[in-house]
Amino acid sequence: MRDGQAMSRETLINILLAAALLALPFVAIAMEEPFYITLATRMAILALAAVGLNIALGLGGLISFGHAAFFGIGGYVAGIFASHAFNMEPMFSAPFEFSGSDQMPVIWLAAMLVSVFVAIPIGAISLRTSGVYFIMITLAFAQMIYYFAISWPAYGGEDGLSIITRNGFPGVNTANPLSFFLLCYGVLAVALLMFWLIQNSRFGAALQAGRQNEQRLAAVGIAPFRIRLVAFAISAAITGLAGALFADLNRFVSPSMLSWHMSGELIVLIILGGTARLFGPVAGAVLFVLFEFALGGITEHWQFFLGLILLGVVLFARGGLIGLVAGKARHG
Amino acid sequence: MADTVLSIRDLKKTFGALKATDGVSIDLRPGEIHALIGPNGAGKTTLIHQISGSIKPDSGSVHFLGEDVSRLGVAARARRGLGRSFQISSLAPEFSALRNVMLAVQSRQGSSFRFFGPVMADKSLTEPAMAMLERTGLAARAQVPAAALSHGERRQLEIAIALALGSKAFLFDEPMAGMGPEGSKALTAFLDTLRHEAPILLVEHDMDAVFALADRISVLVYGRIIASGTVDEIRNDPEVRRAYLGEAS
Ligand SMILES: Nc1ncnc2c1ncn2[C@@H]1O[C@H](COP(=O)(O)OP(=O)(O)OP(=O)(O)O)[C@@H](O)[C@H]1O
Ligand SMILES: [Mg+2]
Repeated sequence: MRDGQAMSRETLINILLAAALLALPFVAIAMEEPFYITLATRMAILALAAVGLNIALGLGGLISFGHAAFFGIGGYVAGIFASHAFNMEPMFSAPFEFSGSDQMPVIWLAAMLVSVFVAIPIGAISLRTSGVYFIMITLAFAQMIYYFAISWPAYGGEDGLSIITRNGFPGVNTANPLSFFLLCYGVLAVALLMFWLIQNSRFGAALQAGRQNEQRLAAVGIAPFRIRLVAFAISAAITGLAGALFADLNRFVSPSMLSWHMSGELIVLIILGGTARLFGPVAGAVLFVLFEFALGGITEHWQFFLGLILLGVVLFARGGLIGLVAGKARHG
Repeated sequence: MADTVLSIRDLKKTFGALKATDGVSIDLRPGEIHALIGPNGAGKTTLIHQISGSIKPDSGSVHFLGEDVSRLGVAARARRGLGRSFQISSLAPEFSALRNVMLAVQSRQGSSFRFFGPVMADKSLTEPAMAMLERTGLAARAQVPAAALSHGERRQLEIAIALALGSKAFLFDEPMAGMGPEGSKALTAFLDTLRHEAPILLVEHDMDAVFALADRISVLVYGRIIASGTVDEIRNDPEVRRAYLGEAS
């Protein structure tokens, strides 16, 4: 049977984290510190991006150092759609005329589809390698997309692209920071549910078995490549969706969303929070944004201290924050 | 061909200057245990890898159930019913024994692209998996992570997985190794009945087990089959005695 105590402790900390993140913007309002709402929204969106990566990296053991590509693609989809809608100029006219959209559901769907569309060839090539080669190839693809964005003047090139008014969502006043936070929080909740379902599903069993022992997975007749490619695409879709929200949060998208720093940050979030743990990305994002805010206010070199903490986690707390509090993961 | 389940023709594989497999032909008939013996480094494991698809031979062919599977990968051959165990156990270490077998059950059902529905609550996975653990005497260890099982138990688990795949032929690479005399005896009795389910190509150093079980024995030395025959023929073959059994018996 499952280790009841460790399980319930993990569930408890998950509930606490979810409640704390939800409470933060309300506390911010009570304290009349609206900036904290932005902080909470940033946590939710980065957590969402990392939930995406956690499918590939946590469940599949696929250390993608190129997930900024999908984060940025989602951001650019939001920015480009919004700018065409704002200027009422068609993006393309065949086979039908399309002038972008300032509606989040349309943008989200497009962000996920484009991310999957890009992830499939990237995955199909990089998944033929493993280990450090996989890391390097995913990085190389993301860098190609980064330089492409920089050198593409139509959408701001190096300067990026502003979103004049935040895109809308039916029935929600997205210009209100709290409403926008709740929207992001809701999307994060759905993504976490998806992650949990996948983790416990047949697909998830195959994916996790492939991480533990690829030879074994093949020996039972399941080709690891196809499982991983699908996981990589799902992973990209969620990170792409997060990118679209991030662009709307900042009302701005720039090549920095595509940079390797961003890819590294997403990996750091997961390691901090707990690799392959359901709430690892949430814990990681909360910690990361807190560090960034608290230490960033004191010293420009906050990333140095982040590095120290990361070192500590890798050396002494392999399971990240969640692992530290809830103990080792069990697989029934 | 009609009454061979598995038929290997003229397989060759070199590692640099080393001829690990040097024109091996071997087959497996319904209901039999065909033992493959030979000294350390003779190329037995390399041969098993080529049959199961994890090493590509330089030349030669593998036919399984009348189909040329030479170009197929490991997973495709396993799905057709080539079940194997590894000389060095190869399991999903974090998964429990039960989950390791469930993986084979789900593969057999062809259902690895289901994204919803928790596997642990799925009786169509847990029940057949549990039945295989019972057959191999591991039922009491079902919830133990594979990494925490003893060497002998891991070998039993690999056999349970091969059973769960509904294998039409078994390739077992030293299944007795690391088992105590009790375990070997129990496994010998088990394999004796298993052959009626599907024939077994058995690589084994335990000569008592080989002589008790084998319908035929092939002797591999330096990548070549130097003799092939019944237990008595092999026992009395002078070349085999010189090359292999000489000192041992
Ligand atoms: N991947 C490889 N690259 C180079 N040489 C290899 C490789 N795999 C095996 N060999 C060599 O091929 C020969 C046959 O090895 P193999 O493992 O098949 O022998 P074996 O009969 O299974 O031995 P044992 O009884 O010790 O298990 C050995 O000399 C081994 O060192
Ligand atoms: Mg061997």
